[in-house]
Amino acid sequence: MDTVKLTIDNREVEVPKGTTILKAAQKLGIDIPTLCHFELEGLGVHNRPGGCRICVVEVEKRRNLAPACVTECMEGMVVKTNSIRVINARKTVLELILSDHPSDCLQCAKSGRCELQDLAIRFGVRENPYIGGNHEMSSYQVEVSPSIIRDMNKCVMCRRCETMCNEMQTVGALSAIERGFPAVVSTAFNQHLDHSPCTFCGQCVAVCPVGALTEVDHTSKIIRAIADPTKKTVVQVAPAVRVALGEEFGMEPGTIVTGKLTAALKALGFDYVFDTDWSADLTIMEEGTELIGRLTKFLAGDKSVPLPILTSCCPAWVNFFEHQFPEMRDLPSTAKSPQQMFGAIAKSYFAEKIGCKREDMISVSVMPCLAKKYECSRDELKVNGNPDVDYSISTRELARLIKLANIDFTALPEEKFDSPLGESTGAAVIFGTTGGVIEAAVRTAYEVITKKPLPKIDFEELRGLEGVRSATVDVDGLKLNIGIAHGLGNARKLLEDIKAGRSQFHAIEIMACPGGCIDGAGQPQHHGNSDIIKARWEAIYRADREMPIRKSHENPSIQAIYKEYLGEPCGHKSHELLHTHYFDRQTTVEVDVDKK
Amino acid sequence: MDKIIIKMKKEVREKIIEICNRFNNNPGELINVLHATQDFLGYLPAEAQELIAECLHIPTAKVYGVVSFYAFFTMTPKGKYPISVCLGTACYVRGAEKILDAFKKELNLEVGQTTPDGLFSLTCLRCVGACGLAPVAMVGDKVYGRLAPADVKNIVKEYKDLEAANA
Repeated sequence: MDTVKLTIDNREVEVPKGTTILKAAQKLGIDIPTLCHFELEGLGVHNRPGGCRICVVEVEKRRNLAPACVTECMEGMVVKTNSIRVINARKTVLELILSDHPSDCLQCAKSGRCELQDLAIRFGVRENPYIGGNHEMSSYQVEVSPSIIRDMNKCVMCRRCETMCNEMQTVGALSAIERGFPAVVSTAFNQHLDHSPCTFCGQCVAVCPVGALTEVDHTSKIIRAIADPTKKTVVQVAPAVRVALGEEFGMEPGTIVTGKLTAALKALGFDYVFDTDWSADLTIMEEGTELIGRLTKFLAGDKSVPLPILTSCCPAWVNFFEHQFPEMRDLPSTAKSPQQMFGAIAKSYFAEKIGCKREDMISVSVMPCLAKKYECSRDELKVNGNPDVDYSISTRELARLIKLANIDFTALPEEKFDSPLGESTGAAVIFGTTGGVIEAAVRTAYEVITKKPLPKIDFEELRGLEGVRSATVDVDGLKLNIGIAHGLGNARKLLEDIKAGRSQFHAIEIMACPGGCIDGAGQPQHHGNSDIIKARWEAIYRADREMPIRKSHENPSIQAIYKEYLGEPCGHKSHELLHTHYFDRQTTVEVDVDKK
Repeated sequence: MDKIIIKMKKEVREKIIEICNRFNNNPGELINVLHATQDFLGYLPAEAQELIAECLHIPTAKVYGVVSFYAFFTMTPKGKYPISVCLGTACYVRGAEKILDAFKKELNLEVGQTTPDGLFSLTCLRCVGACGLAPVAMVGDKVYGRLAPADVKNIVKEYKDLEAANA
């Protein structure tokens, strides 16, 4: 590989050609401040507009200061990252950004984890010379959707959200609009997110450096529900939460905190602490049966069977195909997501079991996700207006609740989930990352189809963090072609192949977030450190290996509920409680016949 | 949670599709498409932007981003008699701003707005190539030169009278 040698702050460094000054400096341990720059290495995510100019450096023989994040290293370059000229310029840049940013940091949801605040601290900003005079700050209304709060007055135009929405997710809900002080990233016509193609994946929130984009916070509603003696509170926890929550309490990324998490929820006062992993196993029974059903028909010669079957666990993905590919909405499995299956069972089977009326039960989910907040508000997932899941809170909100309740998380003992909706398998925990749902489905489908035990439980060929993956699994002679995509832009590629008749897949798993739920928008913020995501990813598979049972259909509690309550997978009762339908939500411009 | 259908007159829809086709539905031609559409409609309503986004296979947010960035593009329909006041250097030094203020006062309008009756709209532009006549304003295609603030009242009256005569 071609390399170049250069000098940064009087130290020599050799880097591959094409390396930016920012990266070369990092190699020397020199931390040049950045704001708009954002990257998730290995996950295909990068935002390099070179727009904010916080990272400027002095390059010898160049007249102007150069932005380190987009300037490539050249042979013999001499760079200064801390000259007085650089420091002054950087401070001016920051002061100019702050001149169009509210300073009510104490009340901001991002306070303490805001990258702009970090810069102000680092640069020792004590006053702002650019406030006053003809200065006019932009004035946008704060907008609240089911998942996301947008406070555009705090937008610093780093455009990370725009990159996530357009390049990573190809959703196209967000764009830079206006110019000058009113310039922000917003929707078409600055309309409400509900009226845009937004999927509520929340990746914009996950990367926003400031408080412009934050999640809807339900923590006070949860406290109220727990305190209400007339209500029974039931909580479920998604798989990806247990490999990330520890980070909020200073634990190493990738620490599995299932036991402490359970103890914390009990200490918070929830009446029943259950596991979404339980309903992930249930999902496999329903979705796996649906897959086998469609495949059997197809192999028997029925070419009208909708194939490939697409997974339907990810609510942002469901929103995506409803908006962008509504004509293909017969392809996804009709199985509800694990969150919603859990809610439906909690408010039917379990409510009956403990003699609690539906309206007296508050069902809460802890999710790595912001789209889950939107999902539980969908009308078809309610019974007479009463939602199966009342509140979905993010991993971050749970951390806030734990801190609020004076619970020393790291000192908690390990506790177990309650019975009966708390037992689960290794197949369920891998739902938390890309490739996990389909691997869980294959583990069960293999044994159901062949009626033989799996020779090897681990399907390494389905794992990894590449955006689009494919594998052929040999099910006793039957070659099952499987596709996997994470990130909605990658999902789009597979969907366009299906549309064009180029797809050879029988089944495709899709998750909206890069890496799957482990990097969901409700997780502790990674601030661009992809090592954190990799650590969570490894933890998910470690948690799988540690489970005594690793196939969904062997979960005794799942077997019991079919015997006792549901009958058989995809049977009458299952259809009523565990399956759903999808809508066409595309926007089109048509001829108005009335007005001629 | 239904499909969102935006209604549009048949001839408008066909014309915009034709404009997009003329530019091969190429997203790189967005600004040219917007120019041609604004030439045709006089402004760029939200429906037109939705349709252009559909034809060019780009997000509506991107189209709106461009429309809201450039001062030339407008989402407000122009008046029947669009007034443009030149603020180019020559006109400016000869008092164009006072002319603009006189129009604002006479019509009770801000720049970029249209009167409620739809007759007049007010915009600024930079140089119409008639610097010898500075300061200059245009109403539609007609140029008015060597203006003084006191002339503004008569110009507006001229079009109001014309409108009354036609009515």
